Amino acid sequence: MVEFVLFVIFGIAAVFGGITMVWARNPVYSAMGLMLTLFSVAVFYVSNAGHFVAAVQVIVYAGAVMTLFLFVIMLIGVDRAEDFSENLPLQRTLSLGLLALFGAGVLVAGRLDWATGPHMPGEAVNGTVEAIGDQLFRRWLLPFEVTALLLIIAAAGTIALAQFRRPDEEETP
Amino acid sequence: MTDVTSWYTVTPGWYMALAAILFIIGASGMLLRRNALVMFMSVELMLNAVNLSFVAAGRELNLIEGQVSVFFVMVVAAAEVVVGLAIIVAVFRRRNTASVDELVDLKG
Repeated sequence: MVEFVLFVIFGIAAVFGGITMVWARNPVYSAMGLMLTLFSVAVFYVSNAGHFVAAVQVIVYAGAVMTLFLFVIMLIGVDRAEDFSENLPLQRTLSLGLLALFGAGVLVAGRLDWATGPHMPGEAVNGTVEAIGDQLFRRWLLPFEVTALLLIIAAAGTIALAQFRRPDEEETP
Repeated sequence: MTDVTSWYTVTPGWYMALAAILFIIGASGMLLRRNALVMFMSVELMLNAVNLSFVAAGRELNLIEGQVSVFFVMVVAAAEVVVGLAIIVAVFRRRNTASVDELVDLKG
């Protein structure tokens, strides 16, 4: 019963946040909507026994990533009006129609058993730091090391992007 | 957990359905918006929807791998955000716009 109440409340909050993100004209409101959705998804992680990923979700996503987004929004300027006119004919109606079709398909498929498979017997999963770290440093050690390489490449690429300048950039404003 | 299933028992199918709805909202943001930042946020929303389905399926199948996958997706998403926002800022410095419609040619 508790899970049902949590699901309804935070499900509505998550969908509302997502729609706000798409609908809002001001990018700051979009960021706030996305933040609401991220917190709601963290609650769903907890109700699915993912305690560690819920903590990471709040710290990394709702904390670091959204701060970065807001920082860039402030850097670029929030008062720029976005042009909502569509250059491609039929793009809007076609995309919404195809999305509705896709959504109906996924919703029907997701309610069926083959999306998750039948419930396995065995010990219930408990996503503590210990359980995840045990898997991460035994079975998934090589992918874990590769993510370190990925992060270094991302950091180096960002520094390269920040330092790259055209020689004639001083003339052009 | 008991075997008695009432109408209010939240099965993994519910989470799958919610994840599908969130993914569709993210995809619609990707298709309808022209602001590069909002499109980027839509990508994050889609990644989160898939993460939610991973965690729900992991609980149903009693596998911790679902949450390990979520961990990896989060790492990749964080790296992607850093590089993507750097690209958006670099484009903005040169072209003074964050709208993807105005970036019609590849020449800087």
